[in-house]
Amino acid sequence: MIFGIPIQAFMGQILIGLINGSFYALLSLGLAVIFGLLRVINFAHGAQYMLGAFVALLALNWLGLNYWFALILAPLVVGAFGALLERTMLSRLYQLDHLYGLLFTFGLALTLEGTMRWYFGASGQPYAAPAALTGAVNLGFMVLPIYRGWVILASLIVCLAVWALIEKTRLGATLRAATENPTLVQSFGINVPMLLTLTYALGAGLAAIAGVLAAPIYQVSPLMGSNIIIVVFAVVVVGGMGSIMGAIVTGYLLGIAEGLTKVFYPEASNIVIFVIMAIVLILRPAGLFGKEA
Amino acid sequence: MARFFASVAVAALLGVPAWAEVSDNKVRIGILNDQTGVYADFGGLGSVEAAKMAAEEFGGTVLGAPVEIVSADHQNKPDIASNIARQWYDTEQVDAIMELTTSSVALAVQALSAEKKKINLVTGAATADLTGKACSPYGFHWAYDTHALAVGTGGALVEDGGDSWFFLTADYAFGYSLEENTGAVVKEKGGTVVGSVRHPLAATDFSSFLLQAQSSGAKVVGLANAGLDTQNAIKQAAEFGIVQGGQRMAGLLFTLAEVHGLGLETAQGLTLTESFYWDRTEASREFANRFKERTGKMPNMVQAGTYSGVLHYLKAIEAAGTDETEAVAAKMRELPVSDAFAESGRVGPNGRMISDVYLMEVKTPAESKGEWDYYTVKATIPGDQAYIDPAKAGCPLVQ
Repeated sequence: MIFGIPIQAFMGQILIGLINGSFYALLSLGLAVIFGLLRVINFAHGAQYMLGAFVALLALNWLGLNYWFALILAPLVVGAFGALLERTMLSRLYQLDHLYGLLFTFGLALTLEGTMRWYFGASGQPYAAPAALTGAVNLGFMVLPIYRGWVILASLIVCLAVWALIEKTRLGATLRAATENPTLVQSFGINVPMLLTLTYALGAGLAAIAGVLAAPIYQVSPLMGSNIIIVVFAVVVVGGMGSIMGAIVTGYLLGIAEGLTKVFYPEASNIVIFVIMAIVLILRPAGLFGKEA
Repeated sequence: MARFFASVAVAALLGVPAWAEVSDNKVRIGILNDQTGVYADFGGLGSVEAAKMAAEEFGGTVLGAPVEIVSADHQNKPDIASNIARQWYDTEQVDAIMELTTSSVALAVQALSAEKKKINLVTGAATADLTGKACSPYGFHWAYDTHALAVGTGGALVEDGGDSWFFLTADYAFGYSLEENTGAVVKEKGGTVVGSVRHPLAATDFSSFLLQAQSSGAKVVGLANAGLDTQNAIKQAAEFGIVQGGQRMAGLLFTLAEVHGLGLETAQGLTLTESFYWDRTEASREFANRFKERTGKMPNMVQAGTYSGVLHYLKAIEAAGTDETEAVAAKMRELPVSDAFAESGRVGPNGRMISDVYLMEVKTPAESKGEWDYYTVKATIPGDQAYIDPAKAGCPLVQ
């Protein structure tokens, strides 16, 4: 027994926290990439996550493409859409205050959500998990749906791959340099605007992957993004704006914190992350993993 | 004919409208509900369309005055709803406000309507307080309430052996009211409530709550929530093998719209209570098919109830010969309700429309013969049992 909760239930809740944390990590990772390299607060991230889920749904209904294709197709489609937006609209705002980027992406999120709601209704539609991942295994302390286990694994792989790409490769180094001093990097003959477009597309694509992963768990609904995006922003703030590793680790940690709150004091489960955010902002304004500016 | 024109001419000369019985020469009905949020499919624009169908069925006029349907989205926020309602009553000549999904909104607008002496008719909100301690001489409640849902689903499951319950409850007025009412029915029938957990509105992830329900060992997991929340809870319960583990899921407020959203594969076997099913009588099929032609969907009890409510309001104006609030409210209580929604409904002195409710079981994909063939009607619960006796509802108007 831990605090009056049987140890088995406790373990179960930690595992569930990890699963939710996987979504937080994936989504906050995309946000952190976009903020860290473009200095854009991407409020359309939730909408891009929702679009990812819808690409999976429509690919299945219209083209008969299954989950595994969707996992590749959705980030490509949503990433291309993101690139188009960045090229034609968002890039014009880089010279202005950050607020303009925020307002633009916020308006974009509302537009996308409203459009999807017009076509598909608020209730959304169900999306079945792939046959290979249905069913559940009994771990002794809880029944773990196989699909949820897959979510943890997939998100870990994607998170680590993106982290390695940005922190450990030459491309990542160029990217980071381009943010620090675009003029200098450009003078080496590197196409900086193109790099920025690709970065935004990468961020949007990550949101889409999270969307496909979420489709079999949640109802695929136009509202699914707005329900989660505010939490994800809090995760990024706690982790430290722009810190890639910070976003990943904080995503998992806050998922667990939220999961445990659901056992001890469920009514507070939707605010616990914001309480943690407030405390972190008071004690460490740059976030847990942020560098003091 | 000549006399008619003459009288119109005289009236025009005198500056008095020919249809002096109707204030400002039109009857304007406002449909106020959630059109973009978690309950947008529960009532939403479907309810607006249903109201228009009722007005058209009346020929678009009552006592010679045109009937207009206006609508607005209250975003499930009582303050926004009150502002719209105030504006409608004060400056836009709206005579009655209807639908009012979400209990907190319905309570706020009903209080405002009583103060402004205007009629309001609730079809989308659940709390039985609307015709209980918060009743109004001009307030009406159609379609369903928490008591009817509790008696229907709660009563039926206990009788069927589901005698221990665990509740997943939405953390606001409606959830508490539904949990309390259902809990009372369960205990009255000899069952027990082993626990409950309250989750925030629009929680999306229910796995943690579901695990608690699972480890409680209760035979029935009662979902005292609505809309997208219930859908997500049921979908995730399937994932965690709750039903396979021998526990039953009961959607306490679950309608055709949510079953459609969830799909039969996931929703099959669910027990639920509704006061309307499109495929029940000749009249309901006829209405529902016309509704589907206009909206692409079959109506649920909220949408069909809105149709019935608007129709009844117009009938009352016609019978009263005026749209004056007191007279219309009196006629609404007096006239029987007989339409595609309910064959033999009546309105109690507390404003509660009492008609039969039905216990439904969601069909399996194999049983379903077509799109929208979703329910088997398991039992009919007479209105007198489903709703609280008006004399005992705690409404100060009825003593």
